[in-house]
Amino acid sequence: MTRRTETLLWVAQRASAAVLAVCVLVHLATIIYAVQGGLTGAEILARTRGNIAWAALYSVFVLAVAVHAPIGLKAVLAEWFGWRGRARDLALIVFAVVLAGMGLQAVRGVFA
Amino acid sequence: MNATLKVRVWRGDAAGAFREYEVPRRESQTVLDVVSHIQRALDPTLAYRFACRVGMCGSCAMTVNGAPRWTCRTHVDRVARGGRLEVAPLRNLPVIRDLVADMREFFDKWARAGGQFKGDRSRHDEFARVSPQSEKRGLADAGIECIGCAVCYSACDVVARNPDYLGPAALNRAWTLVNDERDAGNADRLRAVAGDAGCLSCHTHMSCTERCPKALSPTAGIAGLKRAVAVAALRGEL
Repeated sequence: MTRRTETLLWVAQRASAAVLAVCVLVHLATIIYAVQGGLTGAEILARTRGNIAWAALYSVFVLAVAVHAPIGLKAVLAEWFGWRGRARDLALIVFAVVLAGMGLQAVRGVFA
Repeated sequence: MNATLKVRVWRGDAAGAFREYEVPRRESQTVLDVVSHIQRALDPTLAYRFACRVGMCGSCAMTVNGAPRWTCRTHVDRVARGGRLEVAPLRNLPVIRDLVADMREFFDKWARAGGQFKGDRSRHDEFARVSPQSEKRGLADAGIECIGCAVCYSACDVVARNPDYLGPAALNRAWTLVNDERDAGNADRLRAVAGDAGCLSCHTHMSCTERCPKALSPTAGIAGLKRAVAVAALRGEL
């Protein structure tokens, strides 16, 4: 991996962290607001189904996670397990795709 | 104050062990005084390193009760617990013998981080004029007093995890040069300090800043390098 790629990944991790900070705040505030007086699966689906704004927010949330987590894991694998190089990077790309795929599927599940 | 001090001292190379000595306590005694007493009065085979004895040369740094310190400027009163002291060589560096650490890798990393000044003027040019009030001069001043004692390097957990990591002192040096308006080597220097072994690996634990005997903040310098490297990468200059 070139120095430039490594640095751009570092920037991407910081930028995705900033996005995550906003998403987590909105997510937590919504939970606290919505859960008052109890909450059922049907109630949640009634709010999210067909709601483009929620689908957009959670899609951004999922994509930010898919960018942020694998880059952090890259350092953890290197420092704790000494795993560096191409095989690790490929494994992390697969991890990112799985995170994005599963997350977006979940978003679709509550939207459609 | 106890009449004597029980001192555990590392003996041998990496496969060595601690040996205990009993040293008389004295007024205003430093850890270097203790080590010198052992070598002069109890065991002349003890190897350790010192030169100035007054906190100028940076050669007497050792691990005292688990933390890296200049032994010449560390009073026994401040660090002895229950009349006991443990003295070991600096962490994160190979042990040559007893309390002497091999500093080669530490200084090689200064070179690898682009720690050499690269000017582009000759003796025929005018002197460079750098205002003492300029922001860059201020940033360089904040880190320039490093004397290369390796206390920060020994305190750094990232070095312990990633032996290729350049470390706080080398990166601090690079940061002072990035802010030196006379220097012409910044493109290469930023390339040298980017990447897995460079500034981006710093976890901002701040152990270097906490331990630096000169009260410098390598953490602040490394944060500056991170910004400089990120800007260079986004501009395609890395």
